[in-house]
Amino acid sequence: MRTVIFRTIAPYLAALMVLFSVFVLLRGHNEPGGGFIGGLIAASALAIYGIACGVAAVRRAITLHPMSLSAAGLLMAALSGLVSLFTGQPFMTSQWWYVRLFGVEVPLSTPMIFDIGVYLVVVGSIGSIALALEERESD
Amino acid sequence: MAAADTAVDLSQAMRLEPVLPGDWLVVAPLLLTILGGALCLITRKNTEAQPKVAIIFLTLLVLSCAGLLARVLDKGVVTMVAGSWLPPFGIAFTADALGATLALTSSLVALAVAVYGASDVDRSGRRYGFYPFLLLLMTGVCGAFLTGDIFNLYVWFEVLLISSFGLLVLGNERAQLDGAVKYAILNIIATTLFLIATGLLYGIVGTLNMADIAIKARGIGMDGPLTTVAVLYFLAFAMKAAAFPVNFWLPASYHTPRIVVSAVFAGLLTKVGVYALLRIFVLLMPDARAALADLIALVAILTMLTGVFGALAQTDIRRLLGYLVISGIGSMLAGLAIGTTPALAGAIFYAVHSILVMTALYMAAGVMRALGGSFSLRELGGLYGANPAFAAVFLMLGFAVAGLPPFSGFWPKVLLVDAALVGGHGWIAAAILITGLLTTIAIGRVWVFAFWRGGAEGTPDGYEKALAVPDPKITGAGIWLPIGLLLGLIVLLGIQPEFMMQVAGRGAASLGEPLGYLRSVFGDAIQ
Repeated sequence: MRTVIFRTIAPYLAALMVLFSVFVLLRGHNEPGGGFIGGLIAASALAIYGIACGVAAVRRAITLHPMSLSAAGLLMAALSGLVSLFTGQPFMTSQWWYVRLFGVEVPLSTPMIFDIGVYLVVVGSIGSIALALEERESD
Repeated sequence: MAAADTAVDLSQAMRLEPVLPGDWLVVAPLLLTILGGALCLITRKNTEAQPKVAIIFLTLLVLSCAGLLARVLDKGVVTMVAGSWLPPFGIAFTADALGATLALTSSLVALAVAVYGASDVDRSGRRYGFYPFLLLLMTGVCGAFLTGDIFNLYVWFEVLLISSFGLLVLGNERAQLDGAVKYAILNIIATTLFLIATGLLYGIVGTLNMADIAIKARGIGMDGPLTTVAVLYFLAFAMKAAAFPVNFWLPASYHTPRIVVSAVFAGLLTKVGVYALLRIFVLLMPDARAALADLIALVAILTMLTGVFGALAQTDIRRLLGYLVISGIGSMLAGLAIGTTPALAGAIFYAVHSILVMTALYMAAGVMRALGGSFSLRELGGLYGANPAFAAVFLMLGFAVAGLPPFSGFWPKVLLVDAALVGGHGWIAAAILITGLLTTIAIGRVWVFAFWRGGAEGTPDGYEKALAVPDPKITGAGIWLPIGLLLGLIVLLGIQPEFMMQVAGRGAASLGEPLGYLRSVFGDAIQ
């Protein structure tokens, strides 16, 4: 698998896939996409990078351990449901904020935070499984 | 787009009136365990901090469950529907006396296990996630007890199942993987059956909300498709609850993990299956329960007897206790088979008792191993001489599991036997009493061999073998505290059963006459 072509292209491919996964994640609120599928795409980016350049390089690149990413995502998703406690509404009622950035109205919401949490959980758990499997093969 | 410039009547789809902060107690157990689990996962390398984080969150869990139970007893069934959507479309969390009681008991057991684990689980066990898995297991268990949506129940079963796989293979030994494979395959089959049955049920009644199903299934009465669904549910949850004849996975797997993991499994997992049976067969489909009553009674009697005969035949304490778990499941199923309110109250009381006592017994088995160096009755001996106080504790736990007064096992058996005789089910009453006698013999056998005898098998009478001095960490306060907490509750329930009787009665009544449950979900318009 470690041909010159693959090793040269893999970092760019992985970067593109991560970018695309973020696009899919943010698009997911109103159109097909979302945290789960976005997370899967990002995890496959990690897997491809791992196949091409070795697991150690992936671990260096993502800095945090994938399980920590997962845990942070779980924390985010759970906390996003808690926001409605302060508005007197039931658990997980969505809250919206409309922020003007550079003249554009950007809607931000708790479902988005939840979705980012799901994204991180999927990247973390699938990523750590993939990396563990690749590690076994290489040693 | 802001909501203000669209003229939609949201009150048709959403709850618009504010929610009382107290209603958040329904979801608090889930949130606390998820947050605690995530924090433990983040700090998994810090093996000193993990038990502290877990114990803090589990203490909060106990408090929130106690608060929830108090609220349910005070104001009736509490419901919160996620995302403000109106039921049956929003996913409801509905806590009645049954769910809240079991959630409180489970959280107490989990706290005891976390304290026990602080002395018992080594660094590698902690690094591989004992505490995150324990907390997420509690998410699944509490979620299953508190949800008001049958698909959501499936999701919580998955959560607790995945966490239990993690706990089961903690340590990566050969025997553990062997046990885990048997456990996993049987449980996945059961979960799949559960999912298939839920799909069929949705096809019949067109809803997943439990209160809504309860209304619609009562309207349909008993017909072919609904009976099929009921039988599928019975098979699925009988597997989960380890009822005869689909109980073989339990003795094959419960003796393989660390003893503290066995303790939490024996306490909680099978009881979630029993809870689901009670919820589905009494609240959702009472006609199906009536139609299947004879089958359930047969399964209950055989489960009780095969369980206790298995216990009599075993020499490994952990396997023996595993069979006693099964035998207890039979008693709870007997309550379901009789089906009257006192019988269901007996089953609920028995579930509470069984959660406490089975966990405590497994913990005690861990202490026996620490003192005597083995789990085998052939190799144990002389424990009375080594630690007389512990011998007394074990005997009390043994009496409790056998149903002797003045411990917690006595009252649910009184309720069940009485209900069986009143309802004309003499066989069930006889089976419960015989099982109690045989359990006493099984426990007596453990006590005589492990405690009374001077040493391992073959030690002549009157000789006392000197035991090696155990690791002080294994017999210190961190072990005695959780066992003491559980034993205290067991004695308290035995001496002062009125409160528990009342709560179990409330739980049984809200299953049988669910008006309060339905009104809590759909508002007071329901008749």
